[in-house]
Amino acid sequence: MSAHAEAHAVDHHDDHGHHHKETFITKYIFSQDHKMISKQYLITGLFMGIIGIAMSILFRLQLAWPDEPFTVMEIFLGKWAENGVMDPSVYLALVTIHGTIMVFFVLTAGLSGTFSNLLIPLQIGARDMASGFLNMISYWLFFLSSIIMVMSLFVEAGPASAGWTVYPPLSALPQAIPGSGMGMTLWLVSMAIFIASSLLGSLNYIVTVLNLRTKGMSMTRLPLTIWAFFVTAIIGVVSFPVLLSAALMLIMDRSFGTSFFLSDIYIAGEVLHNQGGSPVLYEHLFWFLGHPEVYIVLLPALGITSEVIATNARKPIFGYRAMVASILAIAFLSTIVWGHHMFISGMNPFLGSVFTFTTLLIAIPSAVKAFNYITTLWKGNLQMNPAMLFSIALVSTFITGGLTGIILGDSALDINVHDTYFVVAHFHLVMGISALYGLFAGVYHWFPKMFQSRMMNKNLGYVHFWVTAVGAYGVFFPMHFIGMAGLPRRYYTNTAFPYFDDLADVNVVITIFAIITAAAQLVFLYNFIHSMFHGKKGPKNPWKSNTLEWTAEIKHIHGNWDGPIPHVHRWAYDYSKMNKDETDYVIPGQDFVPQHIPLQDDEEEMNH
Amino acid sequence: MTAFLVVLVIILFGVAVMQMGKIFQMSRPQTNTSEIANDKDNNTQGWLMLAMVLFIYALSAYSFYAWWDVLLPQSASEHGLQTDQLFLISMIIIFVVGIITQWLLHYFAFRYRGQKKNRALFYADNDRLEFIWTIIPVIVLAGLIIYGLFTWTDIMNVDADEDPLVIELYAYQFDWRARYAGDDNTLGEANVRLIEGVNQLGVDASDPYAQDDKVVNELHLPKGRKILFKMRSQDVLHSAYMPHFRAQMNCVPGMITQFAFTPNMTTEEMRGTDEIKEKVAKINKIRTENNVALAAEGKELLEMYEFDYLLLCNKICGNSHYNMQMKIVVEEEDKFNEWLKEQPNLATILNQ
Repeated sequence: MSAHAEAHAVDHHDDHGHHHKETFITKYIFSQDHKMISKQYLITGLFMGIIGIAMSILFRLQLAWPDEPFTVMEIFLGKWAENGVMDPSVYLALVTIHGTIMVFFVLTAGLSGTFSNLLIPLQIGARDMASGFLNMISYWLFFLSSIIMVMSLFVEAGPASAGWTVYPPLSALPQAIPGSGMGMTLWLVSMAIFIASSLLGSLNYIVTVLNLRTKGMSMTRLPLTIWAFFVTAIIGVVSFPVLLSAALMLIMDRSFGTSFFLSDIYIAGEVLHNQGGSPVLYEHLFWFLGHPEVYIVLLPALGITSEVIATNARKPIFGYRAMVASILAIAFLSTIVWGHHMFISGMNPFLGSVFTFTTLLIAIPSAVKAFNYITTLWKGNLQMNPAMLFSIALVSTFITGGLTGIILGDSALDINVHDTYFVVAHFHLVMGISALYGLFAGVYHWFPKMFQSRMMNKNLGYVHFWVTAVGAYGVFFPMHFIGMAGLPRRYYTNTAFPYFDDLADVNVVITIFAIITAAAQLVFLYNFIHSMFHGKKGPKNPWKSNTLEWTAEIKHIHGNWDGPIPHVHRWAYDYSKMNKDETDYVIPGQDFVPQHIPLQDDEEEMNH
Repeated sequence: MTAFLVVLVIILFGVAVMQMGKIFQMSRPQTNTSEIANDKDNNTQGWLMLAMVLFIYALSAYSFYAWWDVLLPQSASEHGLQTDQLFLISMIIIFVVGIITQWLLHYFAFRYRGQKKNRALFYADNDRLEFIWTIIPVIVLAGLIIYGLFTWTDIMNVDADEDPLVIELYAYQFDWRARYAGDDNTLGEANVRLIEGVNQLGVDASDPYAQDDKVVNELHLPKGRKILFKMRSQDVLHSAYMPHFRAQMNCVPGMITQFAFTPNMTTEEMRGTDEIKEKVAKINKIRTENNVALAAEGKELLEMYEFDYLLLCNKICGNSHYNMQMKIVVEEEDKFNEWLKEQPNLATILNQ
């Protein structure tokens, strides 16, 4: 063991080897162990996901069969669905909270929080995060913000209902919509806490990746998962504070009479005193986070996919350096494209041109990633585990959803599809569904690592996958058409326009697919919970993977490795590598060479 | 169509039930099987991947076949012809790229489904390939960007020489008003602080430009003349969306936004096109069918539909956002002038 690693171990875990006596509270609740925190993130995220998806089913029912009474509405919505018909205000509340929960609570915290926590220390060879305490605080702030967001659903006037982007003045004035009262205040408080949580988490991830890599783990040997989490954390640190500033100014406007975003307003029979503010300023601040947020959601999913595809294809990921470069390029570009959400906001048209240019540029690194995934499959020996299926499907939805971005990113074309269902279809495919597939791929793949080698049932996994894959396309593909027909989003019903009568049956098709897809998630939940306790135990390294986490102890110990931390001698993608004579694999009979195995005698060195 | 949907539901329900049965069968503890995919799984799942790409193609084909007619009709504005052209080109590129890449992805997943005896190819890098698929998107996107930017600049830059007709679109929860600038073609100053009684738009009554302004609740436009819309909002963000004219701009409280276009088809001409005739017939068929059910329940019947251009609100603005609309009538210039002449001007209304 080298001096370096020893110092490492001593610095951080002088207690390693003889563990503290852990109580129930320090082990399961206020745990500082990254593996436990990751499970806490995952389970909280899944719980919020259930709420978010259930909401979408309720408003899909309304869209498909307006005015039709449903008992289920009465049960869940109570006074907002007298006689089982949903009220317009609660429709807006549902779409608002669905968006907020899915984007922030499920796909930001549930995805990046879970897997950054689980994988960063394990894959870089560290005993824990740089600061276990901050990590714990980060989770509990997230938990608190989830609680407040759920609480806001029970406010008398209803939860926030101004859309997940909560544009003022609608979100600032309770006179404009009932949800902008107490519900909106709780929304803002919840988001402010969420941002604090996300920042603490991100700083921890960045510091850990930079400082705690084991000996030999150079940046160019990091698995792509870690690159993705690392860059995601950086984008988060750069952009989340801007959202916080927007939220704070909105709180000021709402409660302390300032005019950051308000000006010249006449509402409910009176003129407000506000003068000189601009809602467009809010839009800039919001989307300065809002767009990078798309990549905060997506990059971890792409990172997970890279790892899962390479492992299950038994092939190195194609173009490792190009993949890293495109992650960096996407991250950089993501911070200068926010204006494409605002082409028709009243912003100067010249700015629109600039943002069209930067937006279409982002298609280039995205295309490179997609082609590299496809090439990784080529001439592979694909092991069709559920995680692999979800990863392939992710590439598919990423392509389909990404391509329509070419239309939306083009300011001239955006004019007519802006805020229609075309946009809804686009972003659900490219970031919603893709990121969810990343989440599922991650759960199926690393479940054994989380739960002491227990594995999820693969057949249930296949059922879950196929119903979801077919259903997701069934929901979002037809949705492009109603968007191109000019149907605006966030309409409680389309019956006020006879012109849209012929879209009714498309909406029925979409809703049926949505219900089937949501039902398939119950299979996943059952599988998840059942396998947690009764899952079959697999081998220590079930997927025959190269990365370090599979060398760690099966039993969860604080410190991850019972002995010294393994050193790294190669990159993470030496799958199916042949020896110099091309007679057999580098390690005879074994098609993978884990990162901690030193260079073999008859092996060619490959610059990694 | 309804019949098809019923069949679809039944089929999907059947599939769901079958799968449920399988689930229970599969979830029973089995001996000697591992949760790691074996050759048999790889084979089945590989074939299913091939089926998946065919499903995606079939779904696209069906969507086009079934819902081609719900798409917007031909553009009723001049710039819309350009954007429709660009839209079409982009769509063709999207479909070509989509069809090829989805095929490669799923076909490779099928073709290289794993088998114990197989060996994957260690293939980590190829700079030439990387270069090719970087440079191709660069060229295609450069073309699209340049085309798009010229179109955009064309639409957004309003030339004063064109002598556009100035109309104010005024948004409030939950309706629209239009204000014509009158003979001087200049709108009078306005501010929400001046809203009082019949002066619903807060127009400054002392402004000489305001005297001949005309406020109406149905938007009439002359065919063939450039219209410059100045948008205002009284309370929250709204968006003036005129899909048939490929026009949209947000209405922002505290500032005036603008959008200009030239209508190139009157309402009558649009009603006479085959597209719209078919669409109206289809909608009226649906409404007649619905009326049968409504009559049975003794409810109020739906009126038969006649096509009109629409102005919709397309930015979430409150509970009745879904029903914030105004009718747009495009007519020949002389008819338009006649109509405008009949509308009372602001000076008359305010002095009453």
